[in-house]
This record gives sequence, C-alpha cells and structure tokens, in this order.
Amino acid sequence: MEALSFDLARDTVRQVNQRLHAGGAELSGREVRIFNPDGAHNIAVGLNAPVHVTVYGHAGYYAAGMNCHASVLIEGSASTGVAENMMSGRVHVKGFASNAAGASAHGGLLVIEGDAGLRCGISLKGGDIVVGGSVGSFSGFMAQAGRIVICGDAGDALGDSLYEAVIYVQGTIASLGADARIEPLGDADITAVRELLAAAGLNHDANHFKRVASARSLYHWNADAEQEY
Amino acid sequence: MSKPIHGEESASYDRSIIDYIHRASATGLYEIRGLGAKRKLPHFDDLLFLAASLSRYPLEGYRERCSTKTVLGTRHATKPIVLDIPITIAGMSFGALSANVKEAIGRAATAMGTSTTTGDGGMTREERDSSKTLVYQCLPSRYGFNPDDVRRADAIEVVIGQGAKPGGGGMLLGQKVNPRVAAMRTLPEGVDQRSACRHPDWTGPDDLTIKILELREITDWEKPIYVKIGATRVFNDVKLAVHAGADVIVVDGMQGGTAATQTVFIEHVGIPTLAAVRQAVAALEDLNMKDRVQLIVSGGIRTGADVAKAIALGADAVAIGQGTLIALGCNGDHYFKDGQPISAAADYASLGTYAGACHHCHTGRCPVGITTQDAVLERRLDPDWGARHLKNYLKTLTMELTTIARACGKQDVHHLEREDLVALTVEAAAMAHVPLAGTQWIPGSTV
Repeated sequence: MEALSFDLARDTVRQVNQRLHAGGAELSGREVRIFNPDGAHNIAVGLNAPVHVTVYGHAGYYAAGMNCHASVLIEGSASTGVAENMMSGRVHVKGFASNAAGASAHGGLLVIEGDAGLRCGISLKGGDIVVGGSVGSFSGFMAQAGRIVICGDAGDALGDSLYEAVIYVQGTIASLGADARIEPLGDADITAVRELLAAAGLNHDANHFKRVASARSLYHWNADAEQEY
Repeated sequence: MSKPIHGEESASYDRSIIDYIHRASATGLYEIRGLGAKRKLPHFDDLLFLAASLSRYPLEGYRERCSTKTVLGTRHATKPIVLDIPITIAGMSFGALSANVKEAIGRAATAMGTSTTTGDGGMTREERDSSKTLVYQCLPSRYGFNPDDVRRADAIEVVIGQGAKPGGGGMLLGQKVNPRVAAMRTLPEGVDQRSACRHPDWTGPDDLTIKILELREITDWEKPIYVKIGATRVFNDVKLAVHAGADVIVVDGMQGGTAATQTVFIEHVGIPTLAAVRQAVAALEDLNMKDRVQLIVSGGIRTGADVAKAIALGADAVAIGQGTLIALGCNGDHYFKDGQPISAAADYASLGTYAGACHHCHTGRCPVGITTQDAVLERRLDPDWGARHLKNYLKTLTMELTTIARACGKQDVHHLEREDLVALTVEAAAMAHVPLAGTQWIPGSTV
C-alpha cells in the first residue's frame, strides 16, 4: 500500500491529525511520512490505529501525545511531553527529548536514544520508557506503575514520591527523591531490563543497572515519616 | 456550699483554638477534612435585587416566558454545550463519591437538561451512561485519564485549581481506595493517595496554550475546552487562561468543597466567590471577551437567589457541588432503607459529629452513603431516590432564578445585570462592585 505523505511546509498539523483520526481501519498497518516538521507542536496526537508514522525532523510539544496502537518514529529530537499519556503502541525518538517525556503514559513503549530532560516519566501509569542517555531532575516523580530504564545518569530527586513504578539506572544518580531507595537487582529485574533494551535496540549489560523503587514509607499518613507531606 | 466558678475564656485562644493545639500536639499531623470553608465570609447573601417598579417593567410570574437556555464554549468548539438551565454540576470524583451517587447525579442532570462533570479519578461507565452532557476533567494527577474518554466526553475541563485548595492537589485517604478506585487510578489498594498539584506535562500559561491545542487536535476541535481555577489572583489568572485559548473559564471560590484536604487550606487560602466573580468578569471585559468566553462560577452556590446574583454579576452559569450532595442527603438525619427512614445519628456519633456539622467525607464512612466506597454504606443512597431529589433541587433553583429574573423584567435570565443589584455591606459592595443599598456609593469607585 502506498505511503501517506504530508509536508508540514505546506500542510497544517490540523490537516495531518484530521486525516490520521479519520482513517480508521483503512489506515491499519499503513506507512505515514511527515516531512518538514520544523518543531511543530502536537504532531500525530490522539492516534488510535496501528499505523506507522515517521516524522522526518524535530517535533515540538506533545508529539504522539495520547497515542493508542500507533508506532511513531521521530527522526530527530522531540520537545516537551513526547508520548504523554500514551496508552499503547510505540514512540521512538532518535535524538533527544525535552521535559516530561512519557508523562502519565499508561502503556506502550517510549524509546529515547539520546538524553531526556526534566521529569522524564513523571506520573507514569504503566508505560515503559527506555532512555539511551541521561535524564534530568525529578524523573519518575510520583510514577505509579511501569518501568523506566536509564542507560546514562540520573539527575536530582530521582523517583521522588514513587508508587509502584520501577526505575533502572546504569550510570550515576545525583540524588534520590523522597521515599525512593536503591534495592537489590533480582533476576526478574535483569530479565526485564534485558528485554526492554532489546525492544529499544540498545546494547547494554542488564547486570550493570541499579534498581530504584519506592520504600513505601509515604503510603500512609504518619507523623514518624519526618517528611514534608 | 460549693465555691462559685469564675473564668474568662480568651478570644485569641478560644475553645476551638485550644482543641486545635491539643490535637496538633497529640498527633503531629495537620487535620484533614471534607466540604468547604465554615467561617463566615462575604457572600451572595450580602447582595439584594432591585426588582421592577415604575422604572422597570416586570414579567408576569408564570405566564410570560423567561429563558434559561445556556450555551457554553462558543469561542472555538464546533460543538458547543447547549444546556436548558445555567446550573451545572461541579466536578466531583468517583472515589470521593460512590458509583451510585455519580449515577444519580447524571440522571438528575440529564432530566434537567444540564451537565455533570467527572473528577480526579477518571470517568465511570455509570456517569457516562447516565449523563447526556458530561464534562471530562484533565487534572494534574491524570488518574484514569485516557484518550477514549476524551473522545467520549462532551467538553474537557483543564483543572488548574480548586476553590477549597488552590495551589494544592487532591487527597483520597486509604479507606476510600477500594479495588475499583485503585484500579482506575493505577494505585495500590488502601494507599493514602495525594494527587499532584502541578500538571505533569506543562508548567505555565505558554505551555497551557499548547496543551489546549493538543486537546483540540485530539478532539478535532469539536469540544469546548474549559479551564478551571481556584480563586486567588483571579483577574490575572482569567486573563492568562483566555490568552491560552480557553473557551470557558470556571472560577471556584473558597467556599467550594472538597472530599479531603488540609483544614488550613480550606479556611485560609483563596478568596470568597463574591470577590472572585467580579474579578473574573472584569478580566473578560478588559480583554473584550465577555461574550466570546463564557464564565462558570462555583463555590457556595446554594439557592436560586445565589444563581441569579452570580449571573447578574456576569457569570454565564454556575456549578454546584456541596448543594448537590446535600440534595442527595448529605448531613441529613436519616437515610432510607426499603422506603423507611433510618436514623443515622449513631453513625454520625461514631465519627464524632452530628447531622448538620459533618465534614467527614475523607473518612469514607459517610453515614448517608454518599462520600463512601464501602459496599454496605453505599447502598444507603438509592440512585432512584437520589436522582429524584437532586432533580427537585435543580428545578427549585431554576424556578427561584426565573422568579427573580421576571421580577427584574428579564425575559432571559442572562439579561440579569449588575445594575439590578445592591449590597448590604460595605465589604460586599467593594467586592461585587455594586452600590451600597440606598446609596450610589461603590467603595473604591472614582465615579
């Protein structure tokens, strides 16, 4: 089937999204190419079909936001909130990602080959995120479920106020956030990291990662936690 | 013969302050409770209408039509919200409220031709099925937020803050996080949940502009986008929200309720609704957007007179939360079982309170089965009974609203205007920017 092509030097984001939303079953499995994104915001948001989208360049805010089923490849960097609230599918950023990458994602896989900015995986609700580089401060903040694999370093306050999400870090951790702690890496963790790295197409030794999870000391109000909460 | 007892209690350290210090010193934790501010505040009670006489011509009470039709979201949405009445149901979460309550609310609102609103916990099947018009909140926590429900909604409300706790996130204590609530929010069962107060993927008005555009793109520009703010710096916040692209602004004053937050928040943060509504209208007028962006006011709207006063001050609609719960039996002496009234006094007593003073929504042990996730307590609110009572309440408010509008000579409740109002107190006159009754004096006015 012939690929569907858009040129954002000529077409509008509205036209792109409208076409992709209206496609339904007809778009299933189809290749979609988006040229000259030039940092436009809200590219390919709200997709709801197993379509394969490639963005040839840099994307602005919320690229592939609230994605369902689609596979979106960004052949450049992505700004704030890439794949935010993703439910399923896959979003792959070849370059870097700005703040709040994968925020509140309920499912699917977000791959960032470069670094990610502040609050990567904030409020994560079940999605998986693999970052080839490092992440900024407050990554994994209040993450509830899902996994974050960080092949580089993590900034300050990693995993602050974590619930049941798990973070794996290969490099250094500037500091842990409230209620986050480093736990022993078990066999299940090594298997999980190995599978996520393979899915992301990254080659690292899963045994070299540290596991960060919630100490669960803030799960219930009590005066002895000595936390500002 | 016993010695006469003499004593002088301190005004600064009265019994409530003594209780507060004793409790704080015993627990080391702040108090958490439900509902809204209990302190006396300047409010709509401090305003009066100047009805028609010689200088105005009234409408006949029940012979002449007085329209209550209300349209929201006309700025950008291709499918604005059209309501039969300007009285909507405020956002309240499943989790804070039971599924039965959400269903009863939806049915009553639908019967009256108005909208309901989800809350911090996602959209339940019960409320979607029962609500003809449902506003879906996008909150900082994003609990249960998903694009399918975005598409199923009739409007989206981006919540920046809430009148009971502007600047703070929601709370849901562990006793209300049952398996269904936990699953919807992706939380461990029984956890004392604290919602975020900042959105995860945007941090300021410029970001909000793009976020609103994202929601418009996902909904193909069909659905109105509301922005809800807790009343603090209302004039600036409303202007920023309008600049960000909001179709509808929701301003929630400090009398607005909550299912659970710190008492210090409820009583000491934010400004009264009366002050907030005027600031919001001034912001819209300043931007020349009064007729393009609609304003919904909430926080202590209780009666048809309150609705009329809010509209006269410039609101397009109101949203009611606590009044809705009270219509469903909140703080009532009894609940019904098999059609028979059963006293709830013992249940109130077990919470250390009584009907009329209960604000224990946070405990999940609501004596009348409204703010609970307990399977036994939940059955105390029959959705049929609840829907009927809430419909009656909304109908009463509407009749009171049109009674006042007709008396003021208005064929449409939206024709009520500030000129129809006077204030009973200097404070209310200054806040609402209407004259003190019997004078032409508006405090702070240079005219």
